[in-house]
Amino acid sequence: MRSTRPISGRASMNIIDTLVQGILLGGLYALFAAGLSIVFGIMRLVNLAHGDLIIFAAFAILTITSMFGLNPFLSALIAAPLMFAAGWLLQYFLLNRTLGKDILPPLLVTFGLSIIIQNGLLEGFAADSRRVPLGSLEAATIPLGAVNIGVMPLLTFLSAIVVIVGLNTLIYRAPIGRAFRATSDDPVTAGLMGIRPQRIFATATGLAMVVVTVAALYLGTRANFDPSAGPSRLIYAFEAVIIGGLGSLWGTLVGGVVLGVAQTIGATINPEWQILAGHIAFLAVLAFKPRGFFPRAVD
Amino acid sequence: MSSTAQTWTTKTGTRASGLFGIAAILVVIVAAAAPFLVSRDIVQDLFFILTMLVLAQNWNLLAGYAGLLSIGQQAFVGFGAYSMFGMVILLGVDPLLATLLAGFFAVLLAIPSGFFSFRLQGAYFGVGTWVIAEAVRLVVAQWKALGGGTGTSLPGEARKAMFGVDFLKNTFDMKTSQASDAIAYWFALVLAAATVLLFYRILRTRQGLGLAAVRDNETAARALGVNAQRMKVFVYLTTAFVTGITGALIYLQKARISPDAAFSVTDWTAYVLFIVVIGGIGTIEGPIVGMIVFFVLQKTLSDFGSVYLLILGFIGIATMIFAPAGLWGLFSAHTGIQLFPVRRRLVLNGSDHTLQDTRKGGFNG
Repeated sequence: MRSTRPISGRASMNIIDTLVQGILLGGLYALFAAGLSIVFGIMRLVNLAHGDLIIFAAFAILTITSMFGLNPFLSALIAAPLMFAAGWLLQYFLLNRTLGKDILPPLLVTFGLSIIIQNGLLEGFAADSRRVPLGSLEAATIPLGAVNIGVMPLLTFLSAIVVIVGLNTLIYRAPIGRAFRATSDDPVTAGLMGIRPQRIFATATGLAMVVVTVAALYLGTRANFDPSAGPSRLIYAFEAVIIGGLGSLWGTLVGGVVLGVAQTIGATINPEWQILAGHIAFLAVLAFKPRGFFPRAVD
Repeated sequence: MSSTAQTWTTKTGTRASGLFGIAAILVVIVAAAAPFLVSRDIVQDLFFILTMLVLAQNWNLLAGYAGLLSIGQQAFVGFGAYSMFGMVILLGVDPLLATLLAGFFAVLLAIPSGFFSFRLQGAYFGVGTWVIAEAVRLVVAQWKALGGGTGTSLPGEARKAMFGVDFLKNTFDMKTSQASDAIAYWFALVLAAATVLLFYRILRTRQGLGLAAVRDNETAARALGVNAQRMKVFVYLTTAFVTGITGALIYLQKARISPDAAFSVTDWTAYVLFIVVIGGIGTIEGPIVGMIVFFVLQKTLSDFGSVYLLILGFIGIATMIFAPAGLWGLFSAHTGIQLFPVRRRLVLNGSDHTLQDTRKGGFNG
């Protein structure tokens, strides 16, 4: 451990170690943020239940894992289509009714949804902290020079990159992406071209829920979670989106990394300052670069 | 039409609003006597109703009129309450005076808070205010002199020495706890009445008209010379002031504070949103109606814990989808009754030519 390293190199090693951990943590926050970002990008909908949906998905993965004794990765593979369906139905039957010029209905309905999911989970699973068991992979590390890189944090970060590349390809290359962008620009005209905006929106939220499932897999295997953990995940996702710049998926990765590094640096100074340091980084970006690092959307 | 010169004035009051005004004054007078008439439990219930009503009126002015969808009002509740505790415990200020001064501390917080959150638009403004409230909670939890993360209690001597307690004890033979509850209750009654009157006044002025215009169509309002941003800043700071005082008052009565409770998003924002939405956003009557519904629900369902919140969530969503103008909106649309009318009507030659409003729904103004 740290105390066995020679004194002279310890400080710089610690800094590198902290930075690496922070960057990898940023991958998790980028996964939180990507789902929020596509829903906002396509529907101009800020889903306040986003964090609670992540926790909901984590409980789904946990349930499948313990019920069938499956590997969590396999459980996530099963949970993903279920979450897609849940997201599709949620958007089609509830959230679509709230979309319009007035931003109050979607905000209040998703806030209500957040409270329903939190208390529903509390009823179903009690307030205990849970964790998705991963066996030997949990503590596995790869020695890379002086720093040890955890296998799971590395997988998280790589998954974030894969998800972002995948989403960008889908949105900018695939026919469904063209429909997303057309509906986002002008749902009425898109409707005249044979697109059904209601279904496109439902598909987009379904897709976001698949990303949410990926985020939930890495959240649930990395740390403890409980039914009330959703709002903090929403806040991290939101901070990553704003730091990165609205509308840019690569921006969410940058935002996630900035947030992750700020939090790990804060935690090394004083463990109680971890979350606060993230908020301060967010406020600093808001003060000096209010549109984030890679703004794309005009609004 | 007669050929005589036409003189005209504008008028906002109606017969219903006049009668209601008289009834409201009577209700306030009767309510003021409550500590002498009913048990301490009921006084505490009334205190809860009044303070939540003030919070609801504040959020209503923010969201329903200025379009500022804050989810971070718990920042001002918590900071107001903590600054009151700080003044009492560290500086020995009288608790009642400290509660009033807490409003100024809330404004001091609102200035930097607004600097950050006003850079975000729409729903993102809301989440931004929530982040700020979280950051303030984490900073306050580091304040070791006030108990850090576990919180602290208001010293018993400070409550005993509070302005008015001795007088009530000697004159009406009250116990200390009874006397300080009564004082907190009267404070809440005055605060609630003053808030409703102040906001009603604001809405009836030119500025209030501008506010409604900004809410309905910001671009058009700006084109007509309404300074939308200045109106929003004014409302943001005013509501921070009142919310800060209310937070301090609530914790003056509770006499025990912790960061998690004082900065709770459920207690000070989710409940408040529910009250405003169920009653009818964008009217002064709405939060009053919503508060009554919320109190009844809480009394009957709060033993069920998380199921209670689940039900509140479902009711809130159903209201937003099926009756976005809330209960008061439904009532007002059917009967045309408004207890706090803000619409100006033209009165020609002394006779009332009411311009009928053909819009459906609950928004007035």
